[in-house]
Amino acid sequence: MTATAADERVAGVGPLRRLLIRPELGAVVGLVVVFAFFASQSAVFRSPDGIANWLDPAATLGIMAVAIALLMIGGEFDLSAGVLTGTTGLILVTLATRYGVNVWLAMLAGLVVALAIGYANGLIVTRTKLPSFIVTLGTFLMLQGVNLGVTKALTGTVQVSGLRRASGFESARVLFAGTIEIGGTSFRVAILWWILVTAVATWVLMRSRPGNWIFAVGGDEQAARAVGVPAARTKIALFMTTAFAAWLVGSILALRYTSVQANIGIGQEFIYIIAAVIGGCLLTGGYGSAIGASIGAVIFGMADKGIVFLGWDADWFKFFLGAMLLLATLANRLVRRYAEEVKR
Amino acid sequence: MRRTPIVLALLGALTLSGCSSSGSPGAQSAPAAENSPPAAAGGGTFSVITHGAPGDSFWDVVKNGAEAAGKKYGVTVTYQGDGDPGKQSQLIDQAVSQKVDGIVVSMANPDALKEAIGKAVAAKIPVVTINSGADSSKAFGAITHVGQSEDVAGRGAGEQLKAAGVGKLLCVIHEAGNVGLDQRCKGAEQTLGGTVERLQVDVSNLADVTSKVAAKLQSDKQLNGVLALNPAVAIAARDAIKDAGSQAKLATFDLSGDVVSAIKDGDVLFAVDQQQYLQGWLPITFLYLYKNNLNTVGGGLPVNTGPGFVTKDNADQVAKLAEAGTR
Repeated sequence: MTATAADERVAGVGPLRRLLIRPELGAVVGLVVVFAFFASQSAVFRSPDGIANWLDPAATLGIMAVAIALLMIGGEFDLSAGVLTGTTGLILVTLATRYGVNVWLAMLAGLVVALAIGYANGLIVTRTKLPSFIVTLGTFLMLQGVNLGVTKALTGTVQVSGLRRASGFESARVLFAGTIEIGGTSFRVAILWWILVTAVATWVLMRSRPGNWIFAVGGDEQAARAVGVPAARTKIALFMTTAFAAWLVGSILALRYTSVQANIGIGQEFIYIIAAVIGGCLLTGGYGSAIGASIGAVIFGMADKGIVFLGWDADWFKFFLGAMLLLATLANRLVRRYAEEVKR
Repeated sequence: MRRTPIVLALLGALTLSGCSSSGSPGAQSAPAAENSPPAAAGGGTFSVITHGAPGDSFWDVVKNGAEAAGKKYGVTVTYQGDGDPGKQSQLIDQAVSQKVDGIVVSMANPDALKEAIGKAVAAKIPVVTINSGADSSKAFGAITHVGQSEDVAGRGAGEQLKAAGVGKLLCVIHEAGNVGLDQRCKGAEQTLGGTVERLQVDVSNLADVTSKVAAKLQSDKQLNGVLALNPAVAIAARDAIKDAGSQAKLATFDLSGDVVSAIKDGDVLFAVDQQQYLQGWLPITFLYLYKNNLNTVGGGLPVNTGPGFVTKDNADQVAKLAEAGTR
């Protein structure tokens, strides 16, 4: 008995077992189930046009979900991320249309502000030891007020528009908000950004030293610090990563729609967290995956658009969406529980 | 050797969880799919995509109008609403890929919808714009616009409030991103001849609307008029006026059953009625005529559905209709 147990510790891990203990496995199962369900019900859903449709919301959501997943693995939340996409978009459009700033420079200004806000979030959390839930809830409300207040004060209305006429718009649009033709169907460039962000985040998590730090500070911060992990710096960097993602998404949306409303992004922060959780992140930190969060975003995009393709009554839309997400998360949890048993 | 049973158990569990999660949504969809097969109806499919949040009392009447017209003409009408212009334009993209026979869209933020509407027009899908966005409608290639000029309606409300003796007015804005609401306040400002203060509230949190309006009335006793821009907000504001013990006169945009009875009780002075049922019914009618007879209506000018004023005199007749969800 004891002899076999000792043997198992040094035995090589089989490929099936290695697959089963991946955090994103549950999300993959959910993905297959949700896709199969909608694809069997709607021909448009599985057509290239339909796929381009549901990958579109998945892309911008995915970029945010990956960043939020990293942050959640590191043991923190960011509720201000959704509104920050609005803030960066408002900075971009306001500077470019009201003050004639080149679009690229305006984007740079947005990035600087976003990183500063991310830095401030991280600094307050690490210095005060307050829960990030409360700190970023504060930032969330403050940004919401700033977005509306500043927009109203500068323009007299509640939305800024007219980005199409700004200098540098076309080049920025091609890179961030354009489309690519694949077999007669146009896909959003944002999808490529999303894949890039997922790839980079996965590499950092799985193959780099900061990746180990992220898991360590999320698992047990005291222990991590004891073995020499720069916990505060890691967390601040994570908040800044989230802010960077918010800037990227905010810029993509602003360039695409050429206008930004002062109330944009409110409520999205929970969607990001949902996508990350579907993708296998624990709310308590220390466990999760970037690819999983991306898959979570795809599941959300498919459910979001699939319900419309099926022509279900819009009054019930949110109910179906909620039920769908709950089921995906449950399937995910079941799989994970078995995976954890295998790990032991 | 010892590992095999564990792995087998795991595989079993996997298949089980897969089954349970696919079973439930399948069961939900079966009746729904029978009720509305997307492109199966012979008369055509028309997609209505508005910026109203689901459950909004104003947009519900538009939905009723569109669906009633659909039933009348034997065509399929689908209704979707999302206040986020990004989501709204994605819904338009979806309707285009479903190759519907016509799209009805409200444009609270025309700039953001330009590209999506352009795609629909390029795909030779006729578009009718409704409610907001009259100025951009023609430029975007819509066949007509059905709505009410916000500015004209606001000015009308301002005139009536001035006649009722209002000097300082509180204009309650309930959707932060909607330009049309701001135009109403500006219109009222032009004809009132007094000052207009704006108050930002969130329409999905009506209890908060009541307390905010009450706080404003308590802190500024000179406010003697309140203009709500939505019927649910009007009812919340009515409670606020009572709570604050204020004598302010209340007027509102748009109707609901509650607002009509409040007008009868004298709590609300008047309602500016844009008869939004028509904004659901008429576009479906126009698209139906366009599809079958290539008719266009309006001659390049917006088709106006208002404003009309509902006061104590005609409230009784309107009351019955409002309760049925058509006014």
